[in-house]
Amino acid sequence: MKDTPITRRTLIAGAAAAAGGALIANIGEADAQQKPAAAAAPPPAAPQAPADPTKVPGSPTTAVGTRSPFVNPQRTPVGEITGTSLAPLQDLTGTITPSDLHFTRIHSGVPTIDPAKHTLLIHGLVDRPMEFTLADLKRFPAVTRTYFIECSGNGRAAYRAPKPQMTPQQVDGMFSTSEWTGVLVSALFREVGVRSDAKWFLAEGGDSCLLARSVPVSKGRDDALVAYAQNGEAIRPEQGFPIRLVLPGYEGNTNVKWLRRLKLGTEQFMTRWETSKYTDPLPGGKVRMFSLEMDAKSIITSPAYPEKLSGPGWWPITGLAWTGRGRITRVDISVNGGSSWSEAELITPLTPRAPVRFQYLWKWTGEESMIMSRAVDDQGYVQPTMAQLKAARGPGTDYHFNSIRAWRIARDGTVTFEAAT
Amino acid sequence: MKRLSFLGAALVLVACKIDARNDYLGDKEPQRFDLGRAASAAEVAAVDIDVTPSGAGLPAGSGTAAQGATLYATNCASCHGANGEGKPPAYPQLLGGPKGSFDFASDFKIPRTVGNYWPYATTLFDYIRRAMPLAAPGSLTPDQTYAVTAYLLNREGIIPDGTSLDAKSLAAIQMPAKSHFVVDDRRGSTGGKNVR
Repeated sequence: MKDTPITRRTLIAGAAAAAGGALIANIGEADAQQKPAAAAAPPPAAPQAPADPTKVPGSPTTAVGTRSPFVNPQRTPVGEITGTSLAPLQDLTGTITPSDLHFTRIHSGVPTIDPAKHTLLIHGLVDRPMEFTLADLKRFPAVTRTYFIECSGNGRAAYRAPKPQMTPQQVDGMFSTSEWTGVLVSALFREVGVRSDAKWFLAEGGDSCLLARSVPVSKGRDDALVAYAQNGEAIRPEQGFPIRLVLPGYEGNTNVKWLRRLKLGTEQFMTRWETSKYTDPLPGGKVRMFSLEMDAKSIITSPAYPEKLSGPGWWPITGLAWTGRGRITRVDISVNGGSSWSEAELITPLTPRAPVRFQYLWKWTGEESMIMSRAVDDQGYVQPTMAQLKAARGPGTDYHFNSIRAWRIARDGTVTFEAAT
Repeated sequence: MKRLSFLGAALVLVACKIDARNDYLGDKEPQRFDLGRAASAAEVAAVDIDVTPSGAGLPAGSGTAAQGATLYATNCASCHGANGEGKPPAYPQLLGGPKGSFDFASDFKIPRTVGNYWPYATTLFDYIRRAMPLAAPGSLTPDQTYAVTAYLLNREGIIPDGTSLDAKSLAAIQMPAKSHFVVDDRRGSTGGKNVR
């Protein structure tokens, strides 16, 4: 009995890794390449533990720690040069994503950058065009803040081609949270003397597609960071080493990784990633561009497919809720498919543009049930149902898929995904 | 009691001392820290590659669709297909999307191509120069980049055969999709609860 939670998590990770590749290749990111990139690490041999660990000396200390052999959370790498790798939401607790499990979306591979040679150039409508080394950036006042980053394509598969056998990772795994440390863009703006006619700035990455996005100068002055650290250490290469832009609450693509250049201008630069991609077709012959803020959203991460409830009794319903617009104020839970709602407990601090972990202790009677979560933010926005979202945006829309997610629980305790809310 | 007031006086002295320091900023940030170094005009020019819809940033040079056809076959067709049909989902379709109606919200399978979805022709030049061809980004000359851009626009019926595309003519192109694009309109000035 003692081993049950470990066994369950290991099973979930295994199933997610196995199912992830095929699923995402078929219906996931529109421009991710079809074949799985590096195959996920093979499942390790069943770990061995002494019958009584208190009767044998343990192992020595190490230079770099590893996870217990009894747990094996895995991302789902798909695509070689343009690709994705989704975070295993069902294996995580709290709000921080371990850096090696942070989701990844790449448009032209992960560059290898020598931090001693990397610089950030700031120019355009500034009094003093300047170049900063990593060492320069670390001499500015540092700020450390927890923010989520969500790809605006997150949830596309669940919107377009949902399947009952989808894990939280496959539904919404392009979502991760880190404690970021860096320098405020506003401090860099003062250093170069941004001119008053500058309204937008281009942020350009140092990968081989020179990914570039236009960002309002007001966002740069508000809470934007040039981050050099993630969860207490240097940013990982897949997350932008040595520096990335962090735009709290904005769609993931604008948080430009491997940042090499900021150019101040009077208007949007209209790059490919804000015209041909990351724009949202709407009914009535419209396309929305610069839909930068991520609207309120939530997902239950347990119980969720492929878990199986072992029997009636108390089960914690837990998950994550977030909004790019401010703070989450409430998360509602329904255990009857939305007929009635109750308020969940928010068990982590409520800080702006960071997710909150919610919990709702539910006594399952053993009857067929549909559980769902609904986030409400401090601007009064209520996470919509799938029907509301489809009515507003049309079945062929793209990006910003934030509808209520549901899980069906059968009498035998099996849990499956339900997108139609 | 005497001891305590002595301690208090000492604390006041220390506090004054701290206030008087001039090598510590605390929470008072100066306008500038004098970090970093001035970038020269040449250093800026070496990486200043972006192109805006006004045509700012476009280099000297020119190219035609005929020249672009050859370059496309050599550099682009292996991924994007001989006729720009692409190999979705890895390599996007560039050409041949349906024109006339603009009903992408009804079905995500409707191909979004240069002619029916891209709002600015300058974006093509900017993106090709940044990122293409995939295996050798930045390898095309300005003339070649104009030529490939001209080829794609000509195949989509946006510029006639024989057009020589340069900075001026590229910036002057009005793309059919442009009028459909609106900047984020999800919220009113008072915030709101509407799902849009």
